[in-house]
Amino acid sequence: MTSNSPSLRSALGHARGLGSAKEGTNHWWLQRLTAIALVPLTMWLVASVIALSGFGHEAFVVWFGRPINATLMILFLGVAFHHAQLGMQVVIEDYVSQHGSRTALNVLVKFVCYGLATLSIVSILTIAFGA
Amino acid sequence: MSTQNRPLSPHLQVYRLPLTALMSITHRMTGVGLTFGTLLLAWWVTAAAYGQAEYAQVQAFLGSWIGLILLLGFSFALFFHLCNGIRHLFWDFGQYFELHETRRADIFVLIGAAALTAATWVMVL
Repeated sequence: MTSNSPSLRSALGHARGLGSAKEGTNHWWLQRLTAIALVPLTMWLVASVIALSGFGHEAFVVWFGRPINATLMILFLGVAFHHAQLGMQVVIEDYVSQHGSRTALNVLVKFVCYGLATLSIVSILTIAFGA
Repeated sequence: MSTQNRPLSPHLQVYRLPLTALMSITHRMTGVGLTFGTLLLAWWVTAAAYGQAEYAQVQAFLGSWIGLILLLGFSFALFFHLCNGIRHLFWDFGQYFELHETRRADIFVLIGAAALTAATWVMVL
């Protein structure tokens, strides 16, 4: 493309950065990857919650004191909060058109999701290590 | 001839959404709902790490009528999103896009979600 006005920038330089951010495929792929991981993890979580539903604190501590259960729970928490963040981002980007509030909401969702994921995982580790 | 007041498509107040479209928006709504549901999960797990008294508080809340309603909604949203999510994964492989196949999958997803929710509550209660 040629321009009539003189410019030091090349045609390619003008066009760069105007297209997509090229991150859509990674977002799409991570959403699917976390979804696939969540199928068995969710089944396991539901079974765990059913098993723990009639019992108190002690049963919870014993259950997540086992390395396999602590591992699966930490995986569930990490993957589920990541999946939630990715999904909420799509919803926000679809429905919030104003640039500032869209960015602010996406940042808020990221902070809350990864903050709570960390808090929950540390909580499971605290129990797993028998504090 | 005026072209000012023509209805725009899709005209949601007049157009009755087909079941597949309702399933699609429900997938989204349950997804947003489940994000809030994970707050409940985080509270449950964190309270357990803090101790017996804090854990008992969560259990008392979840056992109250408002807690049980939340959990009922949480469980159905979870199973709906799970079943419909599996269908989405089939779509990602280019499978079951024909109209009669999407209708059949709608029914499978709804029955699956309802059955899993019912089975869970039968085991809990």
